[in-house]
Amino acid sequence: MTPVEKPCGLEAKGVVFKYQVDESEAVMALAGVDLEISQGEFVVILGPNGSGKSTLAKHLNALLLPDEGDVWVFGMNTKAPELTWEIRRSAGMVFQNPDNQLVATVVEEDVAFGPENLGIEPDKIRELVSEALRAVGMEAYKRHSPHHLSGGQKQRVAIAGILAMKPRCIILDEPTAMLDPSGREEVMKTIKQLNQEMGITVIHITHFMDEALYADRVIVMDQGKIAMMGTPKQVFSQWEDISELGLEVPPIGQLSRRLWAAGIDIDPGILTVDELVDELCRLK
Amino acid sequence: MISRGIVVGQYYPVNSLVHSLDPRAKIVISMIFMVVLFVGNNFYSFAVAGTFAVLAVTLSKIPWKVLIRGLRPIVFIMLFTTALHLFLTPGPAIFQIGPLKASWPGLIQGLFIGIRLIILIVFTSLLTLTTSPIELTDGLEDILKPFSRIGVPAHEIAMMMTIALRFIPTLLEEADRIMKAQMSRGADFESGNMIQRAKSLVPLLVPLFVSAFRRADELAMAMEARCYRGGEGRTRMRQLRLSGGDYLALGLTIIMSALVIYTRIRFGPVIPRGTL
Repeated sequence: MTPVEKPCGLEAKGVVFKYQVDESEAVMALAGVDLEISQGEFVVILGPNGSGKSTLAKHLNALLLPDEGDVWVFGMNTKAPELTWEIRRSAGMVFQNPDNQLVATVVEEDVAFGPENLGIEPDKIRELVSEALRAVGMEAYKRHSPHHLSGGQKQRVAIAGILAMKPRCIILDEPTAMLDPSGREEVMKTIKQLNQEMGITVIHITHFMDEALYADRVIVMDQGKIAMMGTPKQVFSQWEDISELGLEVPPIGQLSRRLWAAGIDIDPGILTVDELVDELCRLK
Repeated sequence: MISRGIVVGQYYPVNSLVHSLDPRAKIVISMIFMVVLFVGNNFYSFAVAGTFAVLAVTLSKIPWKVLIRGLRPIVFIMLFTTALHLFLTPGPAIFQIGPLKASWPGLIQGLFIGIRLIILIVFTSLLTLTTSPIELTDGLEDILKPFSRIGVPAHEIAMMMTIALRFIPTLLEEADRIMKAQMSRGADFESGNMIQRAKSLVPLLVPLFVSAFRRADELAMAMEARCYRGGEGRTRMRQLRLSGGDYLALGLTIIMSALVIYTRIRFGPVIPRGTL
């Protein structure tokens, strides 16, 4: 059962996936995706609605299996049925709607759900649960009912539920889409922490451009294919291509671009407030 | 209007001896008590069972006020059955209203049934008042586990109960939201007769059901993503353990049952056979 360790964490090769709309009609959700994500990387996937980003995410933990091509998760092929559970344990997934992914009536019970499914000893589960809740800063709420938490807190509990399974990778499918700004910030801070402090690979799907700035690498999907890939700076410097896909360069990026166009001598590719401040100060 | 202060379950959180009992012990005791209450066939039996119930309530530290409030929904049924017995049991008359004749045996029989109902409700509501829904589900799963060999889906039942408990507040909130949305567009849920009001609920129920199915779909996906594959090979974080107190409570229950059976044999039915 021990999988052969590959240098990369997750790998997709020529992945094609079709949704059957009805008997005669199928929609091509993924039309040949090649992708490599290494251990510890923070990847953000952007793309308009229906571009296949969620479908791709579901391929990365064997919730969906490719019609053509292969997906390897830490060296395990998702098509091997005996590896399904190990794949899902090591590549956990957080979904969009916080209400529809919490199972239990008490926070701590919900976090324990994953480890319980894995058949871990009760004492060990307790340890894992308190560790996971501490990592997302929710240990004070362990006896609360999820119903009474805010959206951001619910999402953090959902993340803790994945963490308790000791994953090497977390896939987040638009976890911030239904949250208010403060909830979004909460969740993004947590995700960043997991990546930097625990070395967990993060694959974050979002339609908020500013969240892409956290990433080591940004992948833009369109019509089931990878349209662009690179560091945030590289991707957002392709100004025209981005807007053609119906996406927007983050506000600070737009600002520095405009300043540059107006003849001020700064780098037009700047995307964050801090960088822009530094650059402007240098002009004095 | 729907979600106005609805509490799921009626758990009354205080620290008491009864609260700290193992949920399995409490479920078993409640079941024994129910059977015993129907074995008892005279007022002496009720004296024994009633004393036991009063003792349990006192130890549970639950105010009588709460228990009496719990009786309110069944007051009608109680009065109705008592009246039915009062007027329909043949025997020497107490008074007569038109064709209805109240009889002495009827009065005794009616009181007897009424008292039985009161004791039954008070004692069984003690179970849900002193046991949190999670404990209750855990206990139920454990009690049903031996029967899974003959096809009782113990784990599935417990899982369904947990999910239902988890989603009742969510769905109530959603119903409230849909209702308000419909009302803001002129829907009327409050006037008209019963049939009209029932009809006006359709535009509430349809979206609610659609959304419930969507939720179920997403939840199933999320559970699978968290390696859920049924009860097989699953462990539980919370472990139930029977302690001395649980054995003591079970022991007392058995003594009480024996006493009730004794009163049944010794004193016989409240209205001796053949007198009717």
